[in-house]
Amino acid sequence: MAQNVIGAINGPVVKVRRTADFSMMEMVHVGEKRLLGEVIAMNSEETTIQVYENTTGLRVGEPVEPTGGPMCATLAPGILTGIYDGIQRPLDVIAAQSGAFIPTGLDVSALDTRKKWRVTLRVKAGDRLAGGAVFAACPETPLIEHRIMVPPGVSGEVVFAAPDGEYTMDGHLLTLRDGDGREHVLTMTQRWPIRTPRPCRARLPIDRPLLTGQRVIDTLIPIAKGGTAAVPGGFGTGKTMTQHQIAKWCDADIIVYIGCGERGNEMTQVLDEFGALIDPKSGQPLSARTVLIANTSNMPVAAREASIYTGLTLAEYYRDMGYHVAIMADSTSRWAEALREISGRLEEMPAEEGFPAYLPSRISQFYERAGYMENLDGSEGSVTIIGAVSPQGADFSEPVTQNTKRFVRCFWALDKSLAYARHYPAINWSTSYSEYVVELAGWYEKNVSPDFLPVRQRMNNILQEEDKLMEIVKLIGADVLPDEQKLVIEAAKVIRVGFLQQNAFHKDDTYVPMEKQLRMMQVILLLYDEALRLVQQSVPIATVLGTGLFDKLIKMKYDIPNDDLSKFDGYEAEIRQTCAELRARGAEGGEAR
Amino acid sequence: MKVERLGLQEINGPLVALDGVSGVSNEEVVELSLADGSVRTGRVIALDGARAVVQVFEGTAGLSLNGVRTRFLGHPLQLPLSPELLGRVFNGAGRPVDGLGGLYAEKYGDINGSPMNPVAREYPRNYIATGVSSIDCLVTLIRGQKLPIFSGSGMSHNQLAVQIVRQAQTAAQAGEKFGVVFAAMGVKNDVADYFRRSFDEAGVMGHVCMFLNLSNDPIIERILTPKCALTAAEYLAFEHDMHVLVIMTDVTAYCEALREFSSSKGEIPGRKGYPGYLYSDLASLYERAGLLKGKKGSVTQIPILTMPNDDITHPVPDLTGYITEGQIVLDRNLDHLGIYPPVSVLPSLSRLMKDGIGAGYTRDDHSAASAQLFASYAKVQDARALASVIGEEELAPSDRLHLRFGGLFERYFLNQGFTENRTIGETLDLAWALLSTLPREELDRVEPEVLAAHYDPEKAKRFQ
Repeated sequence: MAQNVIGAINGPVVKVRRTADFSMMEMVHVGEKRLLGEVIAMNSEETTIQVYENTTGLRVGEPVEPTGGPMCATLAPGILTGIYDGIQRPLDVIAAQSGAFIPTGLDVSALDTRKKWRVTLRVKAGDRLAGGAVFAACPETPLIEHRIMVPPGVSGEVVFAAPDGEYTMDGHLLTLRDGDGREHVLTMTQRWPIRTPRPCRARLPIDRPLLTGQRVIDTLIPIAKGGTAAVPGGFGTGKTMTQHQIAKWCDADIIVYIGCGERGNEMTQVLDEFGALIDPKSGQPLSARTVLIANTSNMPVAAREASIYTGLTLAEYYRDMGYHVAIMADSTSRWAEALREISGRLEEMPAEEGFPAYLPSRISQFYERAGYMENLDGSEGSVTIIGAVSPQGADFSEPVTQNTKRFVRCFWALDKSLAYARHYPAINWSTSYSEYVVELAGWYEKNVSPDFLPVRQRMNNILQEEDKLMEIVKLIGADVLPDEQKLVIEAAKVIRVGFLQQNAFHKDDTYVPMEKQLRMMQVILLLYDEALRLVQQSVPIATVLGTGLFDKLIKMKYDIPNDDLSKFDGYEAEIRQTCAELRARGAEGGEAR
Repeated sequence: MKVERLGLQEINGPLVALDGVSGVSNEEVVELSLADGSVRTGRVIALDGARAVVQVFEGTAGLSLNGVRTRFLGHPLQLPLSPELLGRVFNGAGRPVDGLGGLYAEKYGDINGSPMNPVAREYPRNYIATGVSSIDCLVTLIRGQKLPIFSGSGMSHNQLAVQIVRQAQTAAQAGEKFGVVFAAMGVKNDVADYFRRSFDEAGVMGHVCMFLNLSNDPIIERILTPKCALTAAEYLAFEHDMHVLVIMTDVTAYCEALREFSSSKGEIPGRKGYPGYLYSDLASLYERAGLLKGKKGSVTQIPILTMPNDDITHPVPDLTGYITEGQIVLDRNLDHLGIYPPVSVLPSLSRLMKDGIGAGYTRDDHSAASAQLFASYAKVQDARALASVIGEEELAPSDRLHLRFGGLFERYFLNQGFTENRTIGETLDLAWALLSTLPREELDRVEPEVLAAHYDPEKAKRFQ
């Protein structure tokens, strides 16, 4: 075999002339520094390779070596708590090896091959196992048990099962003999091509929410486990903050956080914060359930493109174990831009705004890997994808936002004017939507309260009505409105400031359980109803506002701790009493006149 | 292997092509000797078989196909580095232009740098006292941050940058080494001169290293200017423990140079003709700010960009805002009203401020004061919009109070002399005094205890 050598270099794209030794999407080593690359196009004349690292210093004539397989993720215990670049190279190991700056041509293994895990076998010789079956387990973090599975496509009878004990990720745990008499030696490690979805037995209907503790999401625009959501917003509207909050507080078992083409300091912040924050439910640091993929904006663009798939593959692997996994992808626009950049280097015909014509199909393939699944071994797990979108010029009509909108079912539109007023989360309740409300109705009725949906609907109506009234107010001022409509505006203010706006830095307000969300809504509506009765009895709105009840409700999110909801009874009693007094006085006044 | 080659195969804009080369590496530096004895520099940007495409920094005017001798130097573009950088002036490609001769290099640095490993970064938390109320209180600058100034032609962004440098330097603690790296990209001669004079007057010139690419200098050098400046900044910060403030002006001119270069290469354009990789390219500059674990120094960036037609959705401010950790936006109306600095409060933002303010950094009431100022000032805008339709007389009482608050806020808080240096304590006290002109129940962003401690209508009387 003649040696394959570099024929041309253009940025991250390298071409090899007249060779047939490569296959599509195969991983290759490029040059003497052995930079990692991937074959992305070929014809009889030349093979095109995208290189995941900086190509400075590469020469024509340097060798290119095939590795024989596609780009794979390494799946074994030790993934959690880690931080990786877009092609699953551990950044902490790289830092220990080469210092603060990332050099090229590194050869590091994704996971620690020497670390020993305490493995408990769950099968014995003679058992019959199929792909996806859990045959052993080990504690990966104090929070997560790592279930070691037979790789998909492998099955047979157990002819050897190792005793319980400590093994490294390459330790021989099991031997299977399949129907053809071939023996398969299994360790706790699997390798899986990142661009291929891992198989499952069936997709299950979506029926439960991913609770985030964020009121505007859980109550107004909920997302389901196994669902997809997009968070579009211009810069400074709080996309990253929203994703951080969800990653911290949502009730998924595992979080895969993909920092795709974003800021380095943000990843450092996630590392610091998640290591220090204690999950209130388990008492363990949040990092024990988190994997970080950090391919920051100044790291090579080809690896940025791969980072999304690496994250998906890790998420699907944990789903196969029966966990609920949530992926935060920040930001999918940077990934789309990576596609555009590479497409430009390949001189492909561009479609809209220079993006390649295959942008919509790539976006749909990405979001279709989410879902609530029945796994190969019959267990259930889910992958939820929450993707941030950074539209150019905050213009939602640009291609990435528009194409994303077609493939997600939950849309949290971040609004600049809310962000300017420092109303966070700046999710605009009138332009956002969730298609999951119908599917989740049963869950809310059973687990929260039959009242929940009607109460939510009433609150929505008040907000909608306020929206309409504000149009008038903008033209002629609030003074001319009748008192009943003024009351709608005041009630909507309580809902906006007291309920929808949430303080991520306040110890109680940063995460709010469903029950408290419901009670808050009920108290607000109670005040609205009572005040409406007063206004209808011709008590002036100024008198009603003068009670200070509206201001008190705006601050109740700070005054009522999450673990003592009995305080709501006091609020309700006070509202009823104060309003009853006003009514009595109003009645007297009426008689006197 | 220093073989000289005679002749070029193709000249197109700033690009030349050479055939029959071998052993040349990507991004390698090339020297081109002209018939008249002058020497130009270039670098390899693409290789295809035996053909190399070279970008010439000084432009290709005067080059001919057969009169040029080329030599490949065998290494990528490097900047000589030494602590002597401070006090010196270089051109955009890093060659001294102050007539003081070459630099005795301690080492050479690749101007492209390498990405910082997020694991090795230290999350920035220490605030920089700039002495400017609007910045300190509302868009706090943090050491290691990249915080651009979004301005427009004719506004006072240069004064603001100079004021920040001067006052931040006085606030630096004893024992801390302080340096300024200044990169001028396509600015007018007067502007470069203004900065030089101002640094001189402030007595900091000995701590400043300047890279000047003026508006009539070659555009390829303009593309190199910030890379050279940041290489110098990283070196001073992480090898000589200095706190380096990098001022880059004007990023819009840099992006236009990039566009010009990209179109001469025949690349497929993205939005407004800018290349599709503009985001990655800008990120490779801005991401070179930060702190590293175990190092004392820091790189803080204040890029300045002029928004064409004051349009914040133009690709340059737009992509910049997506990469940087906030932005300081200047407003033309405020500028016309004679308010300096004309900081437009609502669109301005510092993403890192939440962790760098409060007890132990600035003052415990800082976040409450800034949140309330933002919220109240947002209401001022609504009230103004309404007043312009129905007239001030018709406004509800609370709207009228906000209108008054808005005027006072702009006159006393935003407006500040070029030489006035306010401590953070003074700034926050002023903020509370202004907020106290509003009725107590309008301050809904503040927790009751904090409000009790700082709300004081007595203090507001000074604005009567």
